[in-house]
Amino acid sequence: MNFNAVRLLSFKEMRDARRNRWFIVVSILFALLSVSLSLLGLAGLGSLGISGFGRTAASLLNLVLLIVPLMGLLLGAMSIAGEREQGTLVTLLAQPVTAGEVFLGKYLGSALALLSTILLGFGASALVIARFAGTQEISDYLYLVAFTMLLGLSFLSLGFLTSVFARRQATAVGAALFLWFTFIFLSDLGLMGTAIVLRLSPPELFWLVMINPAQSFKLAVIGALQKSIESFGAAGLYASDVFGPWLAVVLGGVLCFWTLTALSAALLFFRRRCAD
Amino acid sequence: MDKRVCPLIRVTGVSKRYKKVQALSSVDLEVQRGEAVALWGPNGAGKTTLLRCLLGIIQFEGTVEVDGFNVKRKGREARALIGYIPQEIRLHQDQSVWETVSFYAQLRSVARERVEKLLKEWELSASRHQMVQNLSGGMKQKLALIIALLSDPPLFFLDEPTSNLDAHTRHEFNLALDRLRLAGKTLVFCTHRASEVRKNADRVLILENGVIKAEGQPDSVRPHLARRTH
Repeated sequence: MNFNAVRLLSFKEMRDARRNRWFIVVSILFALLSVSLSLLGLAGLGSLGISGFGRTAASLLNLVLLIVPLMGLLLGAMSIAGEREQGTLVTLLAQPVTAGEVFLGKYLGSALALLSTILLGFGASALVIARFAGTQEISDYLYLVAFTMLLGLSFLSLGFLTSVFARRQATAVGAALFLWFTFIFLSDLGLMGTAIVLRLSPPELFWLVMINPAQSFKLAVIGALQKSIESFGAAGLYASDVFGPWLAVVLGGVLCFWTLTALSAALLFFRRRCAD
Repeated sequence: MDKRVCPLIRVTGVSKRYKKVQALSSVDLEVQRGEAVALWGPNGAGKTTLLRCLLGIIQFEGTVEVDGFNVKRKGREARALIGYIPQEIRLHQDQSVWETVSFYAQLRSVARERVEKLLKEWELSASRHQMVQNLSGGMKQKLALIIALLSDPPLFFLDEPTSNLDAHTRHEFNLALDRLRLAGKTLVFCTHRASEVRKNADRVLILENGVIKAEGQPDSVRPHLARRTH
């Protein structure tokens, strides 16, 4: 592995992401909404006596669930398919680099761009909260930031997976949007329906929930903020009983598993297909 | 064995299939050092596919060796010896000339002085801050040539490099090919133009439906060259 080539390719990918109008718009939107939600959360600070970071982390959960998977999926989907459609992938692969280095460089660059955006949004929000409400319960907030980064990476890997299969960028983006809609909106309904029809046991239900990285993220963050996941019903109780304090590690592991599995599958297919 | 007496490119039994289309069928080929070989054939004959197999950037059956490096196992080493100019200039449109050349120069570990020299030599120094999308066809072609020349490789693959150029730029580009030949470089190029084959090639391979139908010096395959290829 030529790490210099990987570094060069990842810097180029980061530069491309910074020039991607769509990515700039979503990044600004994410930062603005994060700050707005923080300010809204702080509005009730005096009367309710709730400290800033914990309350804001709860408010940001749904925003993160909507926007971060979309950012990851679209950034990944446009990456390889865009280069393939423009023909620049052939020029790139004709250089003294391997397909694996090209793939890894592109993934690392996209991941850095995505994580910078997430940190920018959360950072702006944190500055607002710290200014008006101090730094109490900052650990809840940092926990949310860490799990948001894992969520972003898992969906970025899924985006790359759609990208290596598609010949055209529009196809990859369409597939990414379909995945986003399925994971964020349809999976809850599907899960409820499946649980009722098949009369799933709590362990079965819990592991079915884990199929969706967005649900793993939700479970982990709610568990941290409420100190319990009983609101998730039987599956939540089962998870609390079985994993206890290790639940966060298990849920983090599920997100890492998603990231690495989707990434490995994408890399495998990319190496087989290359410039075909 | 002394590398100087071995062919620079050795292709054995190369086949490539795209779903239902057999793009190449058991192609065998050798290219000697300093030789200029033209790939001639109609659209869909397999010329571009063959070049991509030689580069090792698509999957195929058979073996391709460039200077003894098997492109499947030692693709990086093989491609370090190759300068490639694609059919249409495929460069990132939203980068400047300087950003583009610098990026590929760094990938090939080429010094900045060499980049400056090539930009000056090919009269692109003044356009270094111009975006690729704003360059004329001829300037884009020069930029592609500069990228191919960066590491001064011994071997060049050119995929219909003059197909989208006007007569003047085509003439300039052919002069550039002359310079490469005089410098002892090995050329493998696809073209639709019989005049370019006669002028630039030592040997012609006639490809049809993924099979080499004939090969020889340009004069010996004149009936094939007389056919329309578009």
